[in-house]
Amino acid sequence: MSRRLWGLTTGMGCVTTFGDVTVIATESLSKRFPRVTALDRLSVDVGPGVTGLVGANGAGKSTLIKILLGLSPATEGRAEVLGLDVATKGGAIRERVGYMPEHDCLPPDVSATEFVVHMARMSGLPPAAARERTADTLRHVGLYEERYRPIGGYSTGMKQRVKLAQALVHDPQLVFLDEPTNGLDPVGRDEMLGLIRRVHTDFGISVLVTSHLLGELERTCDHVVVIDGGKLLRSSSTRDFTQTTTTLAIEVTDTDEHPDGTGAVREALLARGVTTHDSSGLPGAGHILLLTAEGEQTYDLVRDVVAELGLGLVRMEQRRHQIAEVFKDSDEQRKEAIGHGG
Amino acid sequence: MAVEQSTARGAEQTRIHNIGYRNYDGPRLGRAYARRSLYSQSLRGAYGLGRSVKSKVLPMLLFVVMCAPALIMVAVAVATKAKDLPVEYTRYAIIMQAIIGLYVASQAPQSVSRDLRFKTVPLYFSRPIETADYVRAKYAALASAMFILTAAPLLVLYVGALLAKLDFEHQTKGFAQALVSVALLSLLFAGISLVIAAATPRRGFGIAAVIAVLTISYGAVSTIQAIADAQSGDSNAIVWMGLFSPVTLIDGVQTAFLGATSSYPGGHGPSAAQGIVHLLVVLGLVAGSYGLLMRRYRKVGL
Repeated sequence: MSRRLWGLTTGMGCVTTFGDVTVIATESLSKRFPRVTALDRLSVDVGPGVTGLVGANGAGKSTLIKILLGLSPATEGRAEVLGLDVATKGGAIRERVGYMPEHDCLPPDVSATEFVVHMARMSGLPPAAARERTADTLRHVGLYEERYRPIGGYSTGMKQRVKLAQALVHDPQLVFLDEPTNGLDPVGRDEMLGLIRRVHTDFGISVLVTSHLLGELERTCDHVVVIDGGKLLRSSSTRDFTQTTTTLAIEVTDTDEHPDGTGAVREALLARGVTTHDSSGLPGAGHILLLTAEGEQTYDLVRDVVAELGLGLVRMEQRRHQIAEVFKDSDEQRKEAIGHGG
Repeated sequence: MAVEQSTARGAEQTRIHNIGYRNYDGPRLGRAYARRSLYSQSLRGAYGLGRSVKSKVLPMLLFVVMCAPALIMVAVAVATKAKDLPVEYTRYAIIMQAIIGLYVASQAPQSVSRDLRFKTVPLYFSRPIETADYVRAKYAALASAMFILTAAPLLVLYVGALLAKLDFEHQTKGFAQALVSVALLSLLFAGISLVIAAATPRRGFGIAAVIAVLTISYGAVSTIQAIADAQSGDSNAIVWMGLFSPVTLIDGVQTAFLGATSSYPGGHGPSAAQGIVHLLVVLGLVAGSYGLLMRRYRKVGL
């Protein structure tokens, strides 16, 4: 390629710009408004990779992003982004960081190309580089011919891609994505999640993505931070969240001898001292048995019981723990706290 | 590394040359550059450049309407070999104030209301630029656009006057004085209009409000001045009244300091002291507009 590229170098994919350095660090960070406490002594460290920030609406996610961008001073405590103090180095942080807001932020009467070029220049890219990076970035987020048409005619999915492109166009080291899957249909949601994953694996950009949907973060993130009411509930890798215990799901056939195969297995297991869990919340509830696996012997036991009854074992699978359970726990704690308080 | 990948839909022999993601390690020009870029984008936008064809129509039309009388005057002056131009340089903007008002009323909301309405402002502030950069760039851009609109016909008059071989010294002085006057007018009109436009994300409201403030204030002030002139002819009262509308303010300043003939009813003009008060009010309004805009955008944030 003899074409002159304006300050662009070929990336080697999958390289994070900083080894094991902390990307975001907060230390008893608090933000109080006259009537509400948005963040309450939040201390959390976030490393490179894709990090999910989970919390219900009003949990303090957006407030945290605002503080991390250096746009809103913390009431107390301190925070660093890419090793820069948010209180004093806001400008330097915003030069290296991208931000995709939750709400609509695109003017309908300009094309995606024009808009993203303008935003690239606002990030300090020279005109030629801004155009080159815009073309590249829009292609990477999956916008092709339509990028020359006014944004007003785009679908929600395409608009989300433009919003993502403007956050990536200046090749930041870190992007904040605020509810990027909001308003998307299931297919669009999957595509967006795949794209977010690629932002890290292919582009080498660390991601902080907020969501109130836990399932999607489980698939996308390396690390999940859960906040609630401005307080840190939990911060650990996605693997820790989902691998603490194993639940087995079992489905069996019915026979003439045992018209209710599932019930027969349940009773047989009970007779051997193994209780099954309530599976009423799951799809196909009546036909699925849930039990806790306590090692190899549990699998053998199930096999033996099903064979003795002469039933067919349709499936036996490990069911991963859902991050949602973190919330269930916290809800119970909260109820308890309220109970004690009242 | 250029990896060639045939796509899944590659049946029709299309191939996408996937050159992968490339990092950017070129220059990042920072805040001052971003501010300049926003300025030039907004200035171009004020004449519809870089925007749809539809949005070019009104500003371009107003620009032509603004310059047409100057061309006609010049043509007449050259043809009739007149000794002076039919209109003073400083008078031109006062005569054409309706066009100027229409222009600023249409372009101030275009410049700021869109960013508010479509919530683009947070995207600016998540970048190196800050509130002050945004406000300054927008203010400077609209004031520059207004200056281009008001100075262009003066330039036409001046060039025409030189072609007609009118007195060089007299013409140059008048032209220079008028340039100072329209520069002040541009700053004042741009400031007031931006404050009004930035108060509402609705463009229509912005346009109506700017027109109302500019024309109603002028209409009210000049009517009361005319009544005062007819009733008592009290020069002081008429001059002080001039403080209450942007056009009459500029008129007062240029009559006192820039050799203009007053267009107040009865031709009453401010004394030097009254002129200073007029000038101070103009500067105060400009500074106040800037302050109000800063306050407005500090709240917008993310």
